[in-house]
Amino acid sequence: MKILVCITHVPDTTTKIKFTPDNKQLDKNGVQFVIGPYDDYALSRAIDLKNELGASVTILNVGTAETEPTIRKALALGADDAIRIDAEPTDSYFVAQQIAAVAKQNNYDLILMGRESIDFNGGVVHGIVGEMLGIPALSPVMKLDIEGNVAKMAREIEGGKEYLEAELPLVLGCQEPIAEWKIPNMRGIMSARTKPLQVLPPFAEDVLTETDSFELPPPRKECKLIDPDNVEELIDLLQNEAKVL
Amino acid sequence: METVANKNLIKGGEFLIKDVTPEEIFTPEEFTEEQRMLIQACKDFLEKEVYPKVEELDEAKDTSLMVSLLDKAGELGLLGAGVPEEYGGMGMDFNSTMLITEYLGAGHSFAVAFSAHTGIGTLPIQYYGNEEQKKKYLPKLASGEWKAAYCLTEPDSGSDANSGKTKATLSEDGKYYIINGQKMWITNGGFADVYIVFAKIDDDKNLSAFIVEKDFGGITMNPPEKKMGIKGSDTRQIFFNDCKVPVENLLSERENGFKIAVNILNIGRIKLAAAAIGASKAALSHAIRYANERKQFGRPISSFGAIKHKIAESAVKIFASEAATYRAGQNIEDAIKMYKEAGMSDSEAKLESLKQFAIECAMMKVHGSEVLDYVVDEAVQIYGGMGYSAESPVERAYRDARINRIFEGTNEINRLLTVDMILRRAMKGELDVMGPAMAVAKELMAIPDFGAEADTSLFAAELKAVKNFKKAILMVAGAAAQKLGKGLGEEQEIIMNVADMLIETYVTESVLLRVLKMAQKQGEEATALYQDLARVYLYDAVDVIQKAAREAITAFAEGDELRVMLLGLKRFTKLEPFNVKAARRRIADYLIEKNEYAF
Repeated sequence: MKILVCITHVPDTTTKIKFTPDNKQLDKNGVQFVIGPYDDYALSRAIDLKNELGASVTILNVGTAETEPTIRKALALGADDAIRIDAEPTDSYFVAQQIAAVAKQNNYDLILMGRESIDFNGGVVHGIVGEMLGIPALSPVMKLDIEGNVAKMAREIEGGKEYLEAELPLVLGCQEPIAEWKIPNMRGIMSARTKPLQVLPPFAEDVLTETDSFELPPPRKECKLIDPDNVEELIDLLQNEAKVL
Repeated sequence: METVANKNLIKGGEFLIKDVTPEEIFTPEEFTEEQRMLIQACKDFLEKEVYPKVEELDEAKDTSLMVSLLDKAGELGLLGAGVPEEYGGMGMDFNSTMLITEYLGAGHSFAVAFSAHTGIGTLPIQYYGNEEQKKKYLPKLASGEWKAAYCLTEPDSGSDANSGKTKATLSEDGKYYIINGQKMWITNGGFADVYIVFAKIDDDKNLSAFIVEKDFGGITMNPPEKKMGIKGSDTRQIFFNDCKVPVENLLSERENGFKIAVNILNIGRIKLAAAAIGASKAALSHAIRYANERKQFGRPISSFGAIKHKIAESAVKIFASEAATYRAGQNIEDAIKMYKEAGMSDSEAKLESLKQFAIECAMMKVHGSEVLDYVVDEAVQIYGGMGYSAESPVERAYRDARINRIFEGTNEINRLLTVDMILRRAMKGELDVMGPAMAVAKELMAIPDFGAEADTSLFAAELKAVKNFKKAILMVAGAAAQKLGKGLGEEQEIIMNVADMLIETYVTESVLLRVLKMAQKQGEEATALYQDLARVYLYDAVDVIQKAAREAITAFAEGDELRVMLLGLKRFTKLEPFNVKAARRRIADYLIEKNEYAF
């Protein structure tokens, strides 16, 4: 079985986001990057499947050379090899095109990724890839087992869960609790550097969207605590300060 | 030794008489991508496995939780990082094992159990075991299948380790050593499978070391000790009553035990410095976050100068201690490589290198543990009343930190050792202190140099100050040794003074060189904040050096001699004015913005 895991290279979840002066790009200064948390779940499940079924796991990232430490981390976690498409991941369509092109050349049984990246949160790449390859795409997948040629999955839907089966190949957007995040072991870390990492030029250059500008949400206002006995003050504040009454 | 000189490799203790350039030292900025991954793995391990359980660990009624955490660390390969590959380990280089120790060092009781197992528990076999012993024990210790403990201290034998009373006698059939005695403060004692036990064979003067398995029989123990901190670390008194140890489990040679104990402690000391840095970073990060959250007088307390001072001062000390620790770590690593190339085995090379840098190991043990105590103390202070509550993370950090100044040789013993080793090497001619000391004596009588052609390049003045600190040490130590001769041994206060001067000088030089190296790579402008860190450290250090030197000089000199030396001291500790308050504010403001220790 061949699994392709697509990972994003995103700011650590605790990063204080800033933009470049023209508000068109993230200010990467001093930002620490990690594997997208949802992608990390997908990767963890892939590694478990590798251990359970003897699958091979290939990492795919669309990004410039600065993403390589993130790719090496994925290799340290147990993936076998990696491909980096040497380009800025400009928009979902562009990224999906790259993934589909790699997938067409290699016949993967499973293409796993996070339900969404945590930088731009598009959440559509898996769907576009499925469409481009003409195979089913499902998201968010919270449980995944493989029996022969069939994937048994659980998916979160409005107000409940959906259990479903589908034949491989599949594209899946994953989220917890599909697997537990892993910590790379020392042997993995030491062997990551020697695992193959292939760098390819982008397959197509179509970009369908362009960013006008980014804007940060307004800072959260301070919370006022009022003594439960002091209803008058509460009413006064709600009427005159918050103006909601 | 010849090869060392030929290769122009830096020798232990040589910092005192040699000017070092930034190119000659390693800085933490140079860690590889792989080493950074290692750091992250250790942080993740603490976050995922240890932090959620620190309280449970401290209150545990049995050792199963600690054992399971060690097992998990073993699965990740953390326990075998420094063990050679042929014995089931990872064969990592010295500074990588230091990094693991540093980042797990923030793991409270777990960190102590980890260090005891991988350090004093495993290393005696790794360095002194014969092939059979290594093959039998190391793979199991590297994987964590077996846990190890180190039994040296006895009720009447602590700092004076070679005075232990535990006895080993050969059985009549010559097949066993029968061990009898009592050991105390044994970390991991309750669950260890293998004990490294020090005992004297018959009426030997010196200790011998034995590998004792828990199933050899005759081993009993008291319940865990109740301690001030590291409560989750299993510490016991262990009794050996006719414990039968097969003769093949004698480690190294008869009467070699004290040497083993001392050399293993060398490594333990520098690793302790690393662990203290890790714990310091974690405690300071807690304090910064709290200072940002806590509001008084309508503003976060991190906006007040008094709090900024504490944050900056803690950061400066951590950054400097780190610079010196990894500088020494790399010196050790380089020496290991060199000795190996000269034909030594892996263990011999490691031992020889650690012996070579035993002075630095002792100094950094003292510095690291005292920085940690400073940082946790100020962290509690920043938390205020909340810091005194057992619900705050810094309360535990405060209690857990205190042991570091006591174990692996008390800081007093390590200060004495630092000076003792330098004097011994000087006497043996291994360290050419005499020449430079004479030059200083001459300089004292000469007209002062008014610095006519001042070098204005980055840190030229600061490094000149360090050079002068070295002169001050040579002046004080030289005069003390000459004046007091063998009587110096009884003047421990003076030795402590000299040790403080040595430590502060070594650390100041290290932090200056670290930042200079950064500036050479990234430019002066980009490293302005780091220059602040180094300068503040220098200005703190000069006060310590001045005070220590003055106390020492006035203790043994008088009249003209005293006056000349005090004048010399004034000259050797002169610095241009620098606004440390403003520098500390810049440092604190950056960390407050980052919301954690971020250098």
